[in-house]
Amino acid sequence: MGIMTESQAKAILTKVVGLSKADQCTAQLGGSTRGNIRFALNNVSTSGVLDNIELAVQVAFGKRVGTATINQFDDASLERVVRRAEELARLAPENPEFMPVVDKQTFTATPTFSTGTAGITPEYRAKVAAESIDACKGANLVAAGYLEDEAGFVAFLNSRGNYGYQTATSTDYTCTVRTADGRGSGWVGHNVQDIAQFNAAEDVRVAMRKASASAEAKALEPGKYTVILEPAAAAGLISFMMFFFDARSADEGRSFLSKKGGGNKLGEQVYGPQVNMFTDPAYPGAAVYPWDDDGLPRQRMPIIENGKVANLNYSRYWAQKQGRPAMARPGNIIMTGGTKSTADLVRTTERGILVTRTWYIRMVDPQTVLLTGLTRDGTFYIENGQIRYPIKNFRFNESPVIMLNNVEEFGKPVRVKSDEADTTMVIPPMKIRDFTFTSLSDAV
Amino acid sequence: MHRRDFLALSSMGVGGLALPSIFGKAIAAEELGSALDVGFKKGLADAAMNAATAAGASYCDVRVGRYLRQFVITRERNVQNIVNTESTGVGIRVIAGGAWGFAATNELTKDAVARAAGQAVAIAKANAVRQTAPVQLAPVKGVGEVAWRTPIVKNSMQVPIKEKVDLLMSVNDAALGAGADFIQSILFLVNEQKYFASTDGSYIDQDVHRIWPRMSVTAVDKASGKFRTRDELAAPMGMGYEYMDGAASGKTVLPCGVTVFGKSYDMIADAAAAARHARAKLTAPSVKPGKYDLVLDPSHTWLTIHESVGHPLELDRVLGYEANYAGTSFATMDKLQSRFQYGSDKVNIVADKVQPGSLGAVAYDDEGVKTKQWDLIRDGKLIGYQAIRDQAHIEGKTESDGCCYADSWSNVQFQRMANVSLQPGKTPMSVADMIGGVENGIYIIGDGSFSIDQQRYNAQFGGQLFFEIKNGKVTQQIEDVAYQIRTPEFWNACAGVCDERDYRLGGSFFDGKGQPSQVSAVSHGSSTARFNGINVINTARTLG
Repeated sequence: MGIMTESQAKAILTKVVGLSKADQCTAQLGGSTRGNIRFALNNVSTSGVLDNIELAVQVAFGKRVGTATINQFDDASLERVVRRAEELARLAPENPEFMPVVDKQTFTATPTFSTGTAGITPEYRAKVAAESIDACKGANLVAAGYLEDEAGFVAFLNSRGNYGYQTATSTDYTCTVRTADGRGSGWVGHNVQDIAQFNAAEDVRVAMRKASASAEAKALEPGKYTVILEPAAAAGLISFMMFFFDARSADEGRSFLSKKGGGNKLGEQVYGPQVNMFTDPAYPGAAVYPWDDDGLPRQRMPIIENGKVANLNYSRYWAQKQGRPAMARPGNIIMTGGTKSTADLVRTTERGILVTRTWYIRMVDPQTVLLTGLTRDGTFYIENGQIRYPIKNFRFNESPVIMLNNVEEFGKPVRVKSDEADTTMVIPPMKIRDFTFTSLSDAV
Repeated sequence: MHRRDFLALSSMGVGGLALPSIFGKAIAAEELGSALDVGFKKGLADAAMNAATAAGASYCDVRVGRYLRQFVITRERNVQNIVNTESTGVGIRVIAGGAWGFAATNELTKDAVARAAGQAVAIAKANAVRQTAPVQLAPVKGVGEVAWRTPIVKNSMQVPIKEKVDLLMSVNDAALGAGADFIQSILFLVNEQKYFASTDGSYIDQDVHRIWPRMSVTAVDKASGKFRTRDELAAPMGMGYEYMDGAASGKTVLPCGVTVFGKSYDMIADAAAAARHARAKLTAPSVKPGKYDLVLDPSHTWLTIHESVGHPLELDRVLGYEANYAGTSFATMDKLQSRFQYGSDKVNIVADKVQPGSLGAVAYDDEGVKTKQWDLIRDGKLIGYQAIRDQAHIEGKTESDGCCYADSWSNVQFQRMANVSLQPGKTPMSVADMIGGVENGIYIIGDGSFSIDQQRYNAQFGGQLFFEIKNGKVTQQIEDVAYQIRTPEFWNACAGVCDERDYRLGGSFFDGKGQPSQVSAVSHGSSTARFNGINVINTARTLG
């Protein structure tokens, strides 16, 4: 199994920290059971389950640090992993930026675990695939999708007595539905912590509708358009930007959050006044572990308040150097919004483009966080509050910083996962003016 | 798709404990020189194959893998982290009832692998119930007991940590001394010890080595708030530590004055040059958007080949198996049949798994197929895809192309991109000759931003360094350049490829595909090539 009980975990961690002869020691256990099923061309292609638990041990002699990991937990293995970490630490040069381990902290448990998700069976996964496939087969559509579920735990203990144990679950479902002639494509993604909130048979209908509706796409001229980005479409751009919310890079003058002449833009108006973002480890439906990788307690903390940068990420080293309190790095990103659905936002749009999903987003210029990427799987032209017709996909070159200065309206936030970031996010659909499309794509 | 692994790796120095699981367990340095005994691996493989056959498998292959990686990560005058990782285990793939099944275990005992073989057969039988057509495998003749090793001169894993740290500290000093404000430098070393056995009668022991020196050099102008970076102009290579020897024979000075590297890398010299280039970028004029003739250096072109030729010609993408993740392909089967004009007659593109020094080079792939080189595009026409044993019949081939790969023992092997390379021009042409014929062009060195749609039509690429070409001469360094293409138009605009004297490799360790996602290392070779009338955009923006 991929999850240890708290008493099993604590016994191992206590033994490991006791074995260490180094000045400092941190032991961390992490494990999970991950199940998956993949399907394409209306057939199941692969399915499997992977159990794994790993123990990582980091020790320090003075400012020399070594790390070793192992996935066996008998006494001889525990002794071996501690000695390996100690050997590596002795080989390592001193790190002038070394920080001692965190003192004992208090953590408030967060609601990260659901027994329903942890109880997912191979039969359940097969049913999800079958529901997705059967619905498409009946409508002359072709489904390709993937369901992955995970139930895991993290436990740690350091030589100053900082200790934590908690379990967590998550599920991620994505399905791409294409018309049999390949001229239409739709997509749906649903990321939940509790499987009770997920229904494949319902979700797949979203992708099916978009696939059918996106055939016969017309070409619009590239240029600046008002867009309605569905939460999944916005998430890719926003998660990319958050990767650069680092105080040190900003202070060093190499970030979009650096200030001319030196320093960073903490407290400055960088976004439109309606933009608010915070992190909260206990946020309902999007909870995360109550500690960060350093073992600091996470707490609710504003990141952007009324468009002003309210907090940047300070490493413990940089916080000390800059004379700031060390705060835990956020585990989730919650954007506030309104109450409207995406459909409501469409109804109030005179002319615009609805974007289901964004794809292959890459940094073009870190100076301005200019990103490029494409729309896909359902891009539609809106006129007088109605979706008029499907349009060919566009390549965009746009900065999320500029985009969040051009917000007309936010809808109701939902939990989403971007293609390439692991951060749990709650993002609203958003209506943005002057979004920059630079070329057309023939891809369906 | 390339994931942001380099960025993830760079940030690893802080947490230490939060190693991505892909890197396996961390081990002490001295264990990196060892290997599992071949007789022991054969015993495990036989136990698995016997169990699978007894349980009803019509085919079984076994991969006993030991995957070693080492990272030395520095910034400025600090070593941020030194990490050694190892991941060892056995992956067993079977066909039973006409369907695939796979199971893996990290327990290296005959009982454990026999159990896993039984699980793989049970999974295959369960999958067979809904399977619409049985798996068809292109035939492979067993080769008995054979061994192969990347032809390295110096095993990177056995070079002392101190030597590597000293090198990176000299690299960082060189950059800081030449005007850089910041530098991050990394040595990333890989050794895959892979044992493959199958019921076809093969027992193949391979020892694969790769090396990737990386750096990112930053220059800042605090007064204006501007910053620019220049990354390494080295390539990841299928070589040992001899790649780092900085030999003069590995250097080429281009007509724009930039030094690029072949089979030997001078990281210290490149760091100093990177600092100068990054500073020059701060004040270089911004490009005027429009149509230009592009002259692309191999250090840049590899990524364009990768995205716009390598991926669309993967048969599983063409068929739709990657529709929900990596995407499909515009280069559909009917285009193969009609010999679609993919590029101009100057465009000859081959796939291979054999090129010395390349990341893809092995003697046998991960399903025991002898590797080779084959044509994808000849005289501009599409003539082939990349296919493995269970796909060959779909393309009308009688044998696999030998491009099956798994990134670990615990993941199932599947079709991955081979090295895909643009062949040098057949008539003698130097880079200087090529530039001499360009009236209004841009010369691009190094890879930068990259993005392409899910069918591989519309792509956009940046670079590391851009130089204006006017009336046959390189005039000045410019900035803010990206070009946008539609794949067939781009390759049909290829007006020339320099000869083999200029042929060099580029590549990446992080080509991503599949769910759960797997990475693969791949090289792409080319000589400098010219593309006429390509759309260039200006990427400068103001945040107000």
